Amino acid sequence: MHPLIRRLHRTLSNHIDSFLLICTMILISLGLAVLFSASDENLAKVGSQVVNIAVACVVMWAIANVPPHQLMRFALPLYVAGLVLLIGVALFGEISNGARRWLNLGITRIQPSELMKIAVPLMLAWYFDRHESALGLKNYAIAAAILLVPVLLIARQPDLGTAILIASSGFFVLFFAGLSWKILGGLFVSGLASLPILWSVLHDYQKKRLLTLIDPSQDPLGAGYHTIQSMIALGSGGPVGKGWLHGTQAHLDFLPEHTTDFIFAVFSEEFGLIGNLFLIFLYSLVIARGLSIAARAPTLFSRLMAGSITMTFFTYCFVNMGMVSGILPVVGVPLPLISYGGTSMVTMLLGFGILMSIHTHKKLVKT
Amino acid sequence: MKEKIEIRDHQREMRAFRLRLGLSAGFILFFFLLLVSRFFYLQVIQHEHFRTLAENNRISIVPITPNRGLILDRNGMVLARNFSAYTLEITPSKVKNLNKTIDELSKYVEISPSDKRRFRRLLDDSHSFESLPIRTRLKDEEVARFAVNNFRFPGVEIHARLFRQYPDGELTSPFLGYIGRINDDDLDKIDAAGDTANYKGTDYIGKMGIEQSFEKQLHGTTGFDQVEVDSSGREVRTLSRTPPISGDIVTLTIDSKLQEIAEKAFGDFRGALVAIDPNNGEILAFVSKPGFDPNLFVEGIDSQSWQALNNSPDKPLLNRALHAEYPPGSTFKPFMALAGLQLHARSPTDTISDPGYFELPGQSHHYRDWKPGGHGMVDLHKSIVVSCDTYYYGLANLLGIDKIHDFISQFGFGKKTGIDIGGELSGVLPSAEWKMKRYKQKWYAGDTIPVGIGQGYDLVTPLQLAFATSILASDGNAYKPHLVESVRNSKTGKIERTASAFLYKLGIDPNYLADVRSAMIDVTKPGGTAPRVGEGAPYEVAAKTGTAQVIGIKQGEKYVASNIQERYRDHALLIAYAPADHPRIALAILVENGGHGGTTAGPIARQLMDYYLLGKLPQEQVNQEKIDAPAD
Repeated sequence: MHPLIRRLHRTLSNHIDSFLLICTMILISLGLAVLFSASDENLAKVGSQVVNIAVACVVMWAIANVPPHQLMRFALPLYVAGLVLLIGVALFGEISNGARRWLNLGITRIQPSELMKIAVPLMLAWYFDRHESALGLKNYAIAAAILLVPVLLIARQPDLGTAILIASSGFFVLFFAGLSWKILGGLFVSGLASLPILWSVLHDYQKKRLLTLIDPSQDPLGAGYHTIQSMIALGSGGPVGKGWLHGTQAHLDFLPEHTTDFIFAVFSEEFGLIGNLFLIFLYSLVIARGLSIAARAPTLFSRLMAGSITMTFFTYCFVNMGMVSGILPVVGVPLPLISYGGTSMVTMLLGFGILMSIHTHKKLVKT
Repeated sequence: MKEKIEIRDHQREMRAFRLRLGLSAGFILFFFLLLVSRFFYLQVIQHEHFRTLAENNRISIVPITPNRGLILDRNGMVLARNFSAYTLEITPSKVKNLNKTIDELSKYVEISPSDKRRFRRLLDDSHSFESLPIRTRLKDEEVARFAVNNFRFPGVEIHARLFRQYPDGELTSPFLGYIGRINDDDLDKIDAAGDTANYKGTDYIGKMGIEQSFEKQLHGTTGFDQVEVDSSGREVRTLSRTPPISGDIVTLTIDSKLQEIAEKAFGDFRGALVAIDPNNGEILAFVSKPGFDPNLFVEGIDSQSWQALNNSPDKPLLNRALHAEYPPGSTFKPFMALAGLQLHARSPTDTISDPGYFELPGQSHHYRDWKPGGHGMVDLHKSIVVSCDTYYYGLANLLGIDKIHDFISQFGFGKKTGIDIGGELSGVLPSAEWKMKRYKQKWYAGDTIPVGIGQGYDLVTPLQLAFATSILASDGNAYKPHLVESVRNSKTGKIERTASAFLYKLGIDPNYLADVRSAMIDVTKPGGTAPRVGEGAPYEVAAKTGTAQVIGIKQGEKYVASNIQERYRDHALLIAYAPADHPRIALAILVENGGHGGTTAGPIARQLMDYYLLGKLPQEQVNQEKIDAPAD
């Protein structure tokens, strides 16, 4: 090999974890194949997703090359900026689909809650790392506040799906930081006890979604429609599926959102139980890799980040597949690495970039 | 020693962390197994059940669009109805080559260039999976010809659709508005209101006027069929049906005959007219000229017609009655007169001497009267009959802007009337506070003077002016102007009348109201500014003319209508009510560039009153010759 090419290759791959990269690429390719089918063989749509993927890969590569201690520096500014933007949304945000989620900055429209998906765990991990020497109850209380303020702001928009995801990503940081079992138990019990209160503050459409989960046929044209149609897609797919491009539910336009949040239904209809098991296997490989990176991470910050990113990734997978298969209510959560859309692709691969950075920089930190 | 503890702590910490990682792995395993068992249940155990649902006979929920509610006038005349017609529709996402398909289609069905333009515009505004009409109102033989060749055109279908039709076209557009195809903004609103399910299958939504503000009532409730479809999507049989419920029937307060007379009376003039029953706030006629044909919008307007309407200097899309603001000019004077009387600035018998202008003490600026040389000695009665400006310059100065504002706002100036259609402007009734907010400048005494004659910062919509006139006509009883008389609920058959529109009663001495009334009656007599309004009428009319400047006239210059381009000529205004003793109709007329109110707006008012009060139709040949009335 030409020395220049070799050098280039080294520069590019120096901080890339090849195991994670290969799993990710298999999942992404699978996603493109499903998207091709789900979009009625629309090559333009697949093309634009390829562009999304390319952008996300560049982001992943760039982040992977930033050492974790440098990443820590972004924690506070990113979090504060995200919080300011969220307050901006609450005050001046644009209403779309009945929720106030977007902020128009003149040049571009942004959705600050997406930023917070990374900024919240980053901030929490930074905070714990700073106070590592003497972690007391006070620190957990402050951490809880850091977590709850943005979560409540997002829940108010209302965007319950994103709020739950961010809450869980922050919770995982707290959990890995060693939140005591007593408090965890207490949280669990009080969580159960506050369910009736939570119910009373839910928006009508959210209640409707929960009720239709119990009996989707109650409102076949409205809230129950998504669930009924996606369950038919899954069930009719059977053990081996109808074959690629041969799913009928999506192609006959029964399935709503069949390229984004409900793409799993298309996948499942065409590839059946076998396909689902393969998908879960791939996701498990990614998660296992993430956990092993976390287990070997040298600093508290990198341990917490790696643990939280991995667990959040799992949460995405579970919530999306649970929603499509009708055991969870319909919330706007994409299927990681498969669903059409640039934002979630970038968020996912950005997280993987951090994982890779943690994994490939640890020797340098030790010395 | 210290280091040792730290290392041990570190190790303990790592152990604790790894324990938690292990627990997480167990947690993940548990939930993934939960998913897998769910998949197993759906895809293996229940597979047969779902296969029947999906593979052989798919159950499809087909929405049935309800008939949109009718809109009637106060006498039951139909103003908006539906008709069923065959349309040729294309679903763009299912068609490989759109241009070729359209060319091929035109062999079987006539497709005009304007149809193609309209379709292009629809294409830009819609999603590619929507079924979009390329031709509407197909003839029977066209339907037959296409049906035979249907197999050649995947993605092209014939549908029987209901269309909205406005039989009176342009005449009713100012208040009816129109419906149009649902766009993304509308979808957001529907979602926000939680009506998504009810709009499945609905392609159209009210965009303006009654069609928009009563969308909820007019739309009705969508029904649905549960049908079995085979694997190619064709319907096999209907399993169950929930019938749709038609939209409610909305009855308006408009008298369409009166509306027609008013519209015709305008001739080629641009302008607006609002007629109100002062006893209850019912709007009898609501005109904005020129108008547009709302039927154009229903099937989607082609871009050429749209450009023509949008770029026309006559601004046919502007609702002049509702969404245009004009200086009220001298029609403001009766309200000023009441302010002067009620606030005890001047008594009815107080007299001023009019030299033809007004001066603020210590300033050389002349606020000119319209009559050079002035009107001589002027009391309240004369000030209205001859429309003396100097009287009101002085009165405005005596009262000061904030007293004027507070008193006259009771007549609804400077705020929205709350009419039951959207798009209303609020006009301007200036105050010191308003100027500070709007221009960040303090109010000067000189700003107050022109307000006295309805110029300066004063702005009103014709609707506001009619509302104020109705309050004047009903001795101070304010009723909210409204267009809807009742709504007949299609589900229960119950007719729900619009709740009483009574707002408040003004605290004005009846004697003062009588003084202003008698002056306004004399306006329509010989010697007044609008003698043609009252000439030979078997009832008495109270009125006030007005002129609104379009361009400013410099100090020392003279306004000569013939020297000025038509579009810069003064706007003519008239407010009137009749019969003066027990008013049944109150109206405000604005004629753009119409010059003098008595001359151009007077005959329009008279035709309306003759019809409404006497049932007398106007002579077809409207006397065009102008009568020498004193200028305003």
